[in-house]
Amino acid sequence: MKSAEEIFDILKVKFGNSIIELKKDLPVEPFISVNPFEIDKVSYFLRNNEELQFDSLMNLSGVDDANGQSVNDEEGGLKIIGGTLSVYYHIESTKLKHKLCLKVSVPRESPEVASVYYVWRHADWHEREAYDLVGIKFLNHPDLRRILMPYDWEAGSHPLRKDYKNPEFYQGMKVPY
Amino acid sequence: MGLLDKQLTDDNIVVTNIEDLFNWARLSSLWQMSFGLACCAIEMMATSASHYDFDRFGVMPRPSPRQSDVIIISGTVTLKMAIRIKRLYEQMPDPKYVISMGSCSNCGGPYWEHGYHVLKGVDRVIPVDVYVPGCPPRPEALLEGLLKLQEKIRNETIVKKSA
Repeated sequence: MKSAEEIFDILKVKFGNSIIELKKDLPVEPFISVNPFEIDKVSYFLRNNEELQFDSLMNLSGVDDANGQSVNDEEGGLKIIGGTLSVYYHIESTKLKHKLCLKVSVPRESPEVASVYYVWRHADWHEREAYDLVGIKFLNHPDLRRILMPYDWEAGSHPLRKDYKNPEFYQGMKVPY
Repeated sequence: MGLLDKQLTDDNIVVTNIEDLFNWARLSSLWQMSFGLACCAIEMMATSASHYDFDRFGVMPRPSPRQSDVIIISGTVTLKMAIRIKRLYEQMPDPKYVISMGSCSNCGGPYWEHGYHVLKGVDRVIPVDVYVPGCPPRPEALLEGLLKLQEKIRNETIVKKSA
C-alpha cells in the first residue's frame, strides 16, 4: 500500500516533466497532474509496475473548469473563451488496496487527451461519455462517438459545457418548455 | 348505457347496436404494450402484478406493438427515445390509445427547465388520451386513468373516434 506522495516520487523519477504536480492541500483526496499527451504511458506504467499494480479504473470524468473569460455573445448568451477542460481518473489497485487520483487539463479551444482505452478497457464508454457531454477528444480511442445524446445531435454541441445553449428544435420536436 | 343494460328479449339474445358492441369489446380487452421507460414503469409493473391485478380490467401486456391497443408512456421521454416512441405508436393498429403516465411524460416533470435531453411532454410527438399525474403515480392512480380511458371508449361512435 502506497500513499500519493510515494507514488508521486516514483512517477517523478520515471517520467520527469510529464508529471506536473501533486496537489494535496485540498479538502478532497490528493491528485497528481499529468501531461495530457503522456497520460496513456503513465497509466500503462501505473498498471504494470510491481509496486503499484493499479488494475482498476474506478471512474473517469470530464469537467468544464469554466476558468476562461466570460463574454456575452450577440444573442445575449454567455460564451467562455480560453481556460481549460479537465479529465479526472480515479484508479485503484484491488491487490494492493491503494487508490489514486490523476488529473489532466487541456485548453478549451483544442481539448485533446491521449486515450487510456488500451490500458483499462473500462475507459471505453467513460471516454465516450466525456466526449459526448464535455467535448474532450481522446486521441487513439477506437470508437469515439456520442454515447448518451443522439448520434445526429449537432456536432460541437456538448451539454455539460458551462456555456452550452440548448437548440430550439431537434428533428422537428420543440426542445424548450 | 352499457351493452349489458339492454333488455333481454329472449334467454340467449341481447339486442344492442353495433357501436355499443364494438365499444364494449374494445374497452374490455385493452391489450397494453409491454413498454416502460423509467421509475413509472416499476409502478406500472406493480399495477400488473397480483395485488392490483390489471388483468381484471382486461389489460394484458403484449410484446409487440402490432398486437397492442394501448401504450402506457411510463417514464421520462428523452429526445432520443421520442423518435422510437413515435415509430412504435405508428406500428400499432387502429384503434389505438395512449396513456401518459407521470409528470415526465405529461410535461417534462423535474426536467422541465434544465433537461437538455428531455422532451417536455410526450404529447409533442403522439396524441394522448389520458394523463395520469404523479411522480410516480401510485397504482391506484394508473387504474383510475385506465377507467377514464374506458369511459372515453364507451362513448365513442363509429362516425368519429373521440378517444
